[in-house]
Amino acid sequence: MIPAAFDYVRAESAEEAISLIGQHGDESKFLAGGHSLVPLMKLRLAQPTVLIDIGRLTDLSYIRDDGDMIAIGAMTRHMDVENSDVLRQHAPLLAHAASHVGDPQVRHRGTIGGSICHSDSASDLPATTLALGATYVAQGPNGTREIAAGDFYQGFLTTVLAPDELLTEIRVPKMDGAGWSFQKFNRRAQDWAIVGVAAWRRNGDSGVGLVNMGSVPILASGVSSALSSGASIEDAAAQAAEGCDPTSDLNASVEYREHLARVLTRRALEEASAG
Amino acid sequence: MDVTITVNGQQHTHDVEPRTLLVHYIREHAGLTGTNIGCDTSSCGACSIHLNGEAAKSCTVLAAQADGMEITTIEGMAATDGTLHPMQQAFMENHGLQCGYCTPGMVMAATSLLDENPSPTEDEVRIGLEGNLCRCTGYHNIVKSVLAAADA
Repeated sequence: MIPAAFDYVRAESAEEAISLIGQHGDESKFLAGGHSLVPLMKLRLAQPTVLIDIGRLTDLSYIRDDGDMIAIGAMTRHMDVENSDVLRQHAPLLAHAASHVGDPQVRHRGTIGGSICHSDSASDLPATTLALGATYVAQGPNGTREIAAGDFYQGFLTTVLAPDELLTEIRVPKMDGAGWSFQKFNRRAQDWAIVGVAAWRRNGDSGVGLVNMGSVPILASGVSSALSSGASIEDAAAQAAEGCDPTSDLNASVEYREHLARVLTRRALEEASAG
Repeated sequence: MDVTITVNGQQHTHDVEPRTLLVHYIREHAGLTGTNIGCDTSSCGACSIHLNGEAAKSCTVLAAQADGMEITTIEGMAATDGTLHPMQQAFMENHGLQCGYCTPGMVMAATSLLDENPSPTEDEVRIGLEGNLCRCTGYHNIVKSVLAAADA
């Protein structure tokens, strides 16, 4: 399978990338690692007329300790997120979730920013960063803005980013001492999750993100409120599928996905509570 | 557009369409057909090569993205005198292949795995090769081969 024809330009800086996408218009796309976009282009589900390759913006590949937060450059590869000592210490849930993305070959090329901008609710990192209460930093022609993960995902493969905005950084609160768990249910090792759950607990607080339970990654806020009102893990997890809108496909019916969301949330909370 | 890629130590420059996939560049422009196309959807790993020293699926990389980079294909694994790479030797000695279609990709993924984890457990080998499918389901001897290469 070969993508439809397009023009290719390479950006040398974030500013140049934003300027190039402004010049080339709405039918152009940023190309990061290419491990979400290129498959879509091969299937002709995406047919951008111009690709602006940001793959060499190495200054957007970093993981930094930044006070109460960890700042992750959008071009940081999954493999580097997975192996980051800083993340393993302060946000191990994210490092662990990154190790579940695709397979090693994919993780050598795919980036955290690319995965988030692709906005596939079946991907691991959108729901995980949502559960962690991450903030995304976007740069446009008129400067930068911060977008809460909860406000970022609009619909299937759709985000609030303007066409000429570039995601530059993911900011994740430090979660030192939190219990955490990542539950990914799939049939084969490298598959997308049929349903996944990313969860953490610390003192009275918690966060539960659901993978593949609707057109966008979902924050199961009902589960967290139940926990903070003193509900048992079992009772809180029973609410996991509330407000979700999963689809039926070859792998699972709606009812089965709802069942998985409850079961996996219970398991995740049990693991996160075990410390 | 002109793309210059060092393939197995030899620099190649070719005029390609931007949509040219790296696997097509390797097979059709560089003329090296050891890298196979399997699923063509970045699932099966048959097209695995090393891009700047790390395993990548060449069906999901544009040749343009690899411009200026170094790649190694299965043809670049043996020494110039024909001595097999220890991983190739281990696959041969442990019957790590049946039909052979997945083998080039398996060897490339497995050597990349050992670069990152020189002494993997059996579980780590199985997880490390999750991106490579063998339709003969010959995984037992593939894993045995990789463990033997790690010990070699």
